Amino acid sequence: MRNGHWEKNLFELIRRTSVDLPSDVEAGIKRALKKERKDSHAYWVLETILENAAISRRNDTPLCQDTGTLTFYFGVPVGFDTNAIVAHTRAAVAKATRQGYLRQNTIDSVSGASYDTNIGSASPVFVFQQQARKKVEVRLIMKGGGSENVGLQYSLPDFSINANRDLEGVRRCILDAVWRAQGNGCAPGVVGVCVGGDRATGYKQSKELFLRRLPDRSRVKALARLEERIMKDVEKLGIGPMGLGGRTTLLGVKIDALSRLPASFFVTVSYMCWAFRRRGVLLGSEGGVHRWLY
Amino acid sequence: MIRELEYPFALNKIRDLTVGQRVSISGKLFTGRDRLHKYLFDGGKSPVDLKDGAIYHAGPVAIRRDGVWVVKAAGPTTSMREEPYMAKIIEHYRVRVIIGKGGMGEATRNACAKYGCVYLQAVGGAASLLAESIKAVNSVSFLSEFGAAEALWELTVKGFRAVVTIDAAGRSLHKRIERSSRRVLEKVLK
Ligand code: SF4
Repeated sequence: MRNGHWEKNLFELIRRTSVDLPSDVEAGIKRALKKERKDSHAYWVLETILENAAISRRNDTPLCQDTGTLTFYFGVPVGFDTNAIVAHTRAAVAKATRQGYLRQNTIDSVSGASYDTNIGSASPVFVFQQQARKKVEVRLIMKGGGSENVGLQYSLPDFSINANRDLEGVRRCILDAVWRAQGNGCAPGVVGVCVGGDRATGYKQSKELFLRRLPDRSRVKALARLEERIMKDVEKLGIGPMGLGGRTTLLGVKIDALSRLPASFFVTVSYMCWAFRRRGVLLGSEGGVHRWLY
Repeated sequence: MIRELEYPFALNKIRDLTVGQRVSISGKLFTGRDRLHKYLFDGGKSPVDLKDGAIYHAGPVAIRRDGVWVVKAAGPTTSMREEPYMAKIIEHYRVRVIIGKGGMGEATRNACAKYGCVYLQAVGGAASLLAESIKAVNSVSFLSEFGAAEALWELTVKGFRAVVTIDAAGRSLHKRIERSSRRVLEKVLK
């Protein structure tokens, strides 16, 4: 694979993800603003968030200084050279760090040393999937530490929250996780929930749900109903934006299920903050932009 | 009404603030997070005078342009990580203002009441907006030792927005919301 346009367009993908809040998320925040009282902290926080999004776009600066873990989801054609695109992506990440679109945000876990350009083991993260089409699909999610830290995995039955192995148990897990998070994941966020799987696939799947747009509902009817129910329950909690009180505690909830072993029943909850950085692009065989996603 | 606060932060003005008030800060701020707090806690010497000052829990995105530091993004980070160190730092250095996100624990709340200090919550993630209120980077310490995100940045700000969530009487908005949401949760789960 010649370099062609690859590195340049992957860099552009990172830049856009860092500075440009997706329109579905922004629309969700605007809808939330209408539900809050004008003199409330909730209103003030949401207004500040919207102003911040506008300034980031205008000044070409990161939405949040915690530019997070970068996870690249690739959909590639048969026979595609994945090693080469990994190298191009790493070069693009290093460049985006030097130019201030990404913070020096990667630490050696043993020595505590900070890496200059965010290139380390499992940084960035790559997920590859083969696809029938000829184009290369790249989606990027940047997820900060504050929101990552409030994610939780439950193993049912969980007697401490009275959660059994059924959808009511799943509901209890999700509400418990949202309550524990309070404002610490930078509420209002979006939760991705995986029912089933093992410990690793549970987290992986719960995070992949962040690739979905805010308004979609689960294709599984029972889960779509649960999503709606959770949104109603959560509104009553009164945690509000940044945990300062108010109606808007979540912007959305996405639930999906994986098969499981008879002995295990995991419910995995990942939290994405309001600074929901998600962008994507469809690239041609030479790395040229076919079209931007989201 | 938005209260104006200016560095150096006078004790009587700090004692005057109550939970829920919005403030706008001008003057000097010092950033610091885990590495700095641990260093100060362990008795390390501060390169700046923290008395009557503000510590901002933040790790900015800063780049150097023609020899001058420019902060591109500087929102608050989770304060709870500094809970083991904060009370001693408030006592020892007479810091008057802590800025961060998510609130802090009992030891810090007690230290705020005892020595006269407030905790302010800035809007988490509002990094570009808060960076706009930074007018100058005066200095940076521990850059090579701690890395850019953990270094101590001395900043001059104007109109930096935040809200008081722990006041010098020891009231905590975080605690209040945690309790009230717990009561609702129990009802919803019945
Ligand atoms: S949780 Fe999100 S918005 Fe909050 S500081 Fe972390 S990355 Fe930024």
